[in-house]
Amino acid sequence: MANLKLHRVAIGDLEDVELEISPGEIACLSGPSGSGKSRLLRAVADLERHRGTVALGDRRQQDTPAHQWRREIMMIPAESAWWFDTVGEHFAQPMPQALAAVGIPEDAASWPVTRLSSGEKQRLALVRALSFAPRVLLLDEPTANLDRESTAQVEDWLRHYIREQKCPVLWVAHHEDQIARVANRHLRIDGKRLLEDDAETAP
Amino acid sequence: MNVIALSWWQLMMAAGLVIALALCTFLARLGVGRSLLIAAARTAIQLALVGLVLETLFAVGSLHWVALMGLVMLLLAGREVMARQSYRLRGGWSFGIGTLSMFVSAFSVTVLTLVAVIGPEPWYAPQYAIPLLGMLLGNTMTGVALGLERLTESAWRARDEIENRLMLGQTWQQACSGFRRNAMRAGLTPIINSMAAAGIVSLPGMMTGQILAGTAPALAVKYQILIMFTIAAGTGFGTFVAVSIAARRLFDGRERLRLDRLYPAKQ
Repeated sequence: MANLKLHRVAIGDLEDVELEISPGEIACLSGPSGSGKSRLLRAVADLERHRGTVALGDRRQQDTPAHQWRREIMMIPAESAWWFDTVGEHFAQPMPQALAAVGIPEDAASWPVTRLSSGEKQRLALVRALSFAPRVLLLDEPTANLDRESTAQVEDWLRHYIREQKCPVLWVAHHEDQIARVANRHLRIDGKRLLEDDAETAP
Repeated sequence: MNVIALSWWQLMMAAGLVIALALCTFLARLGVGRSLLIAAARTAIQLALVGLVLETLFAVGSLHWVALMGLVMLLLAGREVMARQSYRLRGGWSFGIGTLSMFVSAFSVTVLTLVAVIGPEPWYAPQYAIPLLGMLLGNTMTGVALGLERLTESAWRARDEIENRLMLGQTWQQACSGFRRNAMRAGLTPIINSMAAAGIVSLPGMMTGQILAGTAPALAVKYQILIMFTIAAGTGFGTFVAVSIAARRLFDGRERLRLDRLYPAKQ
């Protein structure tokens, strides 16, 4: 199990981001809209040009083939895209337990993607990403389209998974109460800098 | 050969038909009369000029002049490919890719056909080389322009899908394979359609022209088949090269989708 390390990362307005997330740790990231939360995740996933170094353990981003890096350091966007006809074709392996845990019937694998609601899409995108067995999760507002009950289900499932698989996690969250529930650490974007907020952390 | 000479006053009669049509559209307020007349005038002037150039070229017949003519045609075709794109690659890449792919396909297929199939003496004899190259360039240009247009436009529109595929760890080739396939198909569809319909729905223009000019139909047919095959090969290889390079150019060394390398052309 390895730490996710960011050293002097700069993207957009953000400069000199220093961050180290240990296995199983959830670092929540908040900040006003347009402050560059998603872009920081994109930099870690190497989807956008950026400065500085990102590493998982001793392995540096630029020394790993990009597609292999992204398969391990997986970003799950706020709005997912679907390209095959049915949901199941997008999965790397069947995920019956994960589907049950997020409150979606098991036959969802055969659902046509055109009929998915935004809440179903969001939960299925998480299940799809985890079917590839990533080592790091970069979650961009993973419960933005969910009601209270589904949010609780998804939070429980993710926390369980993260603890079990010992993934370092960077989680973009808006709501203070969610941050209080899931975060081991809370980071805030303030202008050009990333600040650590020690006040609230989950038990 | 029993060619019936066409005199200028006979052409004037044909022009009268176009003018009559323009008059009708003007009276019916269809609003296309003006562009119709301009296009007709352009046809007459451009073809007359090309006729002069070809007469001179046929009289001189040296390799240098034929090559120069070929180069000018190639650059004009490259410019035309770029002009037809609604999203262009920055830094002259659209022009470069169009010109390079047409050079690779249309030029090599033309030279191959001249040397290995038709075999005129010398191989660059302008009355064979120039029409063949023109026909190949014209069709390859259409294929390349359609293929590039489809690729860049779908990349622009399907950004979310491509990036989501990348996030799941797909390589850049996997992430754009569907778009590449559609772009290739778009480029090849016109020639496939015209090969499938040739002789049934329409008599191809070149063959018709040859028959009107007095060639035996059997020979005209052979030339037409030759042209169809070479056009298919030229268009196919040209579109393949253009779409492959452009798809590669849409991603950088770290397999990121780089839409900042595209810009929308002003309509």
